[in-house]
Amino acid sequence: MEQIKSVSEINARIEKGKAVVMTAEEVIGYVERKGLEAAAKEIDVVTTATFGPMCSSGAFLNVGHSKPKIRITEATLDDVEAYAGVAAVDLYIGATQLPVNSPKNSYFPGEFRFGGGHIIEKLVRGESVRLFARSYGTEDYPVKEISTEITLADLNQAIMTNPRNCYQNYNVAINSSAETLYTYLGALKPNFGSIGYSSAGQLSPLLNDPYYRSIGIGSKVWLAGAPGIVYAAGTQHSPDAERGENGVPVDGAGTLGLTADMKQMLPEFVRGVSIKGYGVSLSLGIAIPIPITSLEVLKWCTVRDEEIFAPVIDYAVDYPQATGKMLTRVNYAELRRGEVRLFDRLIETGSFSSYEKALKAANLLADSIRAGEFTVNAPVMSLPTQGSSRPMKIVPPQGV
Amino acid sequence: MVTKRLLFFFPRCETEKPIVYHLVKDFDLEINIFRAKVTPDEEGYLVLDLTGNEANIDKGIAWLVGFGVEVREQDKGLRWDQERCVSCGNCIPHCPTKALRFEEDKRTLGFDGAKCIVCLNCIPNCPYGACSSMF
Repeated sequence: MEQIKSVSEINARIEKGKAVVMTAEEVIGYVERKGLEAAAKEIDVVTTATFGPMCSSGAFLNVGHSKPKIRITEATLDDVEAYAGVAAVDLYIGATQLPVNSPKNSYFPGEFRFGGGHIIEKLVRGESVRLFARSYGTEDYPVKEISTEITLADLNQAIMTNPRNCYQNYNVAINSSAETLYTYLGALKPNFGSIGYSSAGQLSPLLNDPYYRSIGIGSKVWLAGAPGIVYAAGTQHSPDAERGENGVPVDGAGTLGLTADMKQMLPEFVRGVSIKGYGVSLSLGIAIPIPITSLEVLKWCTVRDEEIFAPVIDYAVDYPQATGKMLTRVNYAELRRGEVRLFDRLIETGSFSSYEKALKAANLLADSIRAGEFTVNAPVMSLPTQGSSRPMKIVPPQGV
Repeated sequence: MVTKRLLFFFPRCETEKPIVYHLVKDFDLEINIFRAKVTPDEEGYLVLDLTGNEANIDKGIAWLVGFGVEVREQDKGLRWDQERCVSCGNCIPHCPTKALRFEEDKRTLGFDGAKCIVCLNCIPNCPYGACSSMF
């Protein structure tokens, strides 16, 4: 891959306020008009983005030491349990955690109106949340119970730390059964009556960098408005996924572990999600810059929705039973059109990710790069380019 | 003949009147009710299509307004909160009349109150709580 610009040359232009920045949507038409070589000389950065439910998200909160002190062993935030097995006053609130007394799916389908994702949204909005904490008491931490109100401003640190975001590609869900099916991709109508999908397609970060050449561990990201980084390959990172001729995976594939300071986030891009019959989650807006250092890097950024294919999977049978069966593949241009022709009929599509919000995130990041406020970098380490997610091994208990 | 889709809001004291009967009999209107909540001694709501001669529709509405019924043309009882909506489009397959649909740009969600039949399917199908019912 022949380098045409270095990251430091690009940053020098950003710092002078002279960088040419485009979103992954704009760049498609621009390269078509100008040609790849001319465009690559001109463009410094392409901004990619996504907005949608990102399970496997959460935040470390340091709530400060009480006087006298408590070594928290159990904690809830507005009745949603936060993990306290970290340190005396460090908690981790996970996006999918439900309130202690949630009826869940007892009266099916459950509504799941509130949970960890909503706690994170409330904090980012500046609203207060009730912390209830317990301990067994020690000589140095004598307090056994505390109930108080906390806001984001009160916390010493609120570090959003997400083990898996930005799935490179994702399943398209359909329902072969005769009943409505409640899934994390929405309520699917019976008899193949509707389709659920979730990806920003041509805007999505890892679909614009299929082999992880520009985005890697240490890459700077825009996490809901806050400057953050990729701290690891995300959980279930599976670069061995099948790929099309353009190198773009036709299955889930790569993922990113992301972190950023919650105190700098914009509430518009941090949204609790309630999914009927399924549970709660957190939607995030994420934008990632790609420095245009070579022709190849720019070429990958010109990928279009019609060139990105995703597997259609039956969530009534094949997904829950993990049969590995796929019905067919469809592309994101078809999905975004609102109707897909499958099995000789038109099936309506519903999306869980928002292209509009993703585009807004890509534009906000592009604006701050143009303004010289956000520089780019090369990864500190590459993401693994080989490997896949293994299924769970089941070992029955012995001697009981 | 014209059809108007309207929402009637009854104050507490007026839920006893057989107003549908009077609209049919006195004003010669055809009535198609989509949704109603009328409980004695409480406020009441009615979402319906009125079909008939335009002058009769106007007279019927004037009669209703005359004893304190609020008649709303835009507001059909389904509230769509544009601030909470993220334009994901998860509601679209669940909206039978395409009142909720993407605008021309294929990415911004819009709500057309005139097409809404207040089936309320959108409420449980919005992950962000953008849709709610007035009653």
